[in-house]
Amino acid sequence: MNRLKTLLLAQLAAAGIVGSAHAQEAMTLDQQVNEVFASVTGPFVSLIFAPFPGTSFPWIVMWLVVAASVFTLYFGFVQFRFFGHAIGLVKGDYSDPNDAGEVSHFQALATALSGTVGLGNIAGVAVAVGIGGPGATFWMILAGLLGMASKFTECTLGVKYRNEYEDGTVSGGPMYYISKGFSELGLPGGKILAVLFSVFCILGALGGGNMFQANQAHAQISGILGDYPGWITGIIFAGVVFAVIVGGIKSIASVTEKVVPFMGILYVGAALIILLVNFDKIGWAFGQIFAGAFTGLGVAGGFVGALIQGFKRAAFSNEAGVGSAAIAHSAVKTKEPITEGFVSLLEPLIDTVVICTMTALVITISGQLIMDPATGHFLLNEAGTSIKTVGDTSGVSLTSAAFGNSISWFPYVLAIAVVLFAFSTMISWSYYGLKSWTYLFGEGKKSELTFKIIFCVFIVIGAAASLGPVIDFSDAAIFAMAVVNIFALYFLMGLVRKELASYSERLAAGEIKKFKH
Amino acid sequence: MATKLVIGLDGHGSGERALAYGKRMAELIGDCELIVVYIVEWSPYSFQTPEENAERHKRREEEISTAMSRVVNPAVDGLKAAGVNARGIVRHGDVAGALNAISEEEKADQIIVSRSSEGGFAKRFFGSSTSNLVMSASVPVTVVG
Repeated sequence: MNRLKTLLLAQLAAAGIVGSAHAQEAMTLDQQVNEVFASVTGPFVSLIFAPFPGTSFPWIVMWLVVAASVFTLYFGFVQFRFFGHAIGLVKGDYSDPNDAGEVSHFQALATALSGTVGLGNIAGVAVAVGIGGPGATFWMILAGLLGMASKFTECTLGVKYRNEYEDGTVSGGPMYYISKGFSELGLPGGKILAVLFSVFCILGALGGGNMFQANQAHAQISGILGDYPGWITGIIFAGVVFAVIVGGIKSIASVTEKVVPFMGILYVGAALIILLVNFDKIGWAFGQIFAGAFTGLGVAGGFVGALIQGFKRAAFSNEAGVGSAAIAHSAVKTKEPITEGFVSLLEPLIDTVVICTMTALVITISGQLIMDPATGHFLLNEAGTSIKTVGDTSGVSLTSAAFGNSISWFPYVLAIAVVLFAFSTMISWSYYGLKSWTYLFGEGKKSELTFKIIFCVFIVIGAAASLGPVIDFSDAAIFAMAVVNIFALYFLMGLVRKELASYSERLAAGEIKKFKH
Repeated sequence: MATKLVIGLDGHGSGERALAYGKRMAELIGDCELIVVYIVEWSPYSFQTPEENAERHKRREEEISTAMSRVVNPAVDGLKAAGVNARGIVRHGDVAGALNAISEEEKADQIIVSRSSEGGFAKRFFGSSTSNLVMSASVPVTVVG
């Protein structure tokens, strides 16, 4: 009965939006949404992406890379030293059989990955390569490898300082470790930072975790079905998301959660097949990546342009330092918080170093990026902002065209994958946003419902707005989370080092035992 | 030392046959303990939403208490009422693997299960839990038809 009621409510809510949309012409509505959106978010976006004076280098990109490098050095290249141990943990070698039925390391990793693997790997990489050239891939891989240490730091803290409630549920994430960690160290301002993080996390959930997804899903669907107003896709998506997060129709979410990894494997499999078929070009493609990384090969902004794009897209894709993964990883069952830190460092590796690189290689090999044969440099489009592509494609449609070049029917599979990735990312981010919302406004049905409705409304806005303002706001909101999170991590990283020292010692002494399964 | 028999229940009528057979064996053996086991099918490699993960511990406790109260305790109570020494265990995992693990932990002499109630497509592809158990168990297995 309750389910029926919520379904009715969902339909009424959707009808309300449709009703008001009918009052105006479809295209006018899209344009209006776009205009208002761009003007409202403009100042916030400018602040986050402000370049260092006299350069075109955004300070936020430096902020992320410096943090990832600091964590890498501070923890003595933990991402390489404990890589094998991380694999053992995911395989369940160290899981107590008596904990069967609890959240395993594998499940926590898979859930976090389903929030990050998605459009960032498909559309984001195309944006990076389209603007920064193949050289952006080199910086993306480097950022991914360094980002593993950021992920390790935040996810260890996420488990260490999570809230475990009497009813057996858990809540964790930067807002909890910032406030608890700061008070443990006797530092002031923890609560303020936690609140600030929560605010940015809500914006990130509505931006990168929602509008960007809806926007690119619409681009993909309309690319196949023909152009139609974005708000229609938005309302359909909003309806389905509403049914899951408000109506509690878990079956939709669990089907998606099962199909998404399959789509991920299919995507990587298709990329591998394309690379195998074109194996003679792989050497050339890597040559382009390395040469482009340091010279830019004529792309807009030269090598700095490639570097910025690579770092930016890697951060947007794997979210290392952003703090979102700490929310997802904190549900794991473990007596050693640091074990989840080790597991989480695999996330940027899978997401960025493997999947993003696959996309970049396929785009490079496909010949979609137009090159001047005389100079060996890429040709720029008329505006001079990005590389000229066959059919003037960009974002997800560039990836689609690159895959379609080798496997003609793959764009259809990709369209389904994009929609499913978008959907699963939205479900994940609705949870991250909700956790931040309840941290600010308290847990309770009314408070939760308010956030969930706002979340659904933003899906419609995201699908209707054009790519430019949406992608800018999505980036800005996600990176704003990283500003607060990384600032706090610098103060809290000593706590992680203590954990690491103690665990390493016990592991070496044979006190951390493997279980027989 | 008492003979230990592990009886795997599946929550269906077929489990009753395994239970009845185990009871008969216990009566014939005399010094015998029956360990009634119910396995909640679960894989550490499944995919879940963040919300499902956050609630997992709570759900696990609920699943154990439901299995105990609906399947295991009535069976154990029935055996005890008939004068048979019995106790119950509920565990999560792969049915065949977990039954075998329990029999090893308990140093059981035998596992008794009923013929699987699975059928059709899934059985053709993955085999039934019963046949997996027969193939992998480290103690003798009796399958009650």
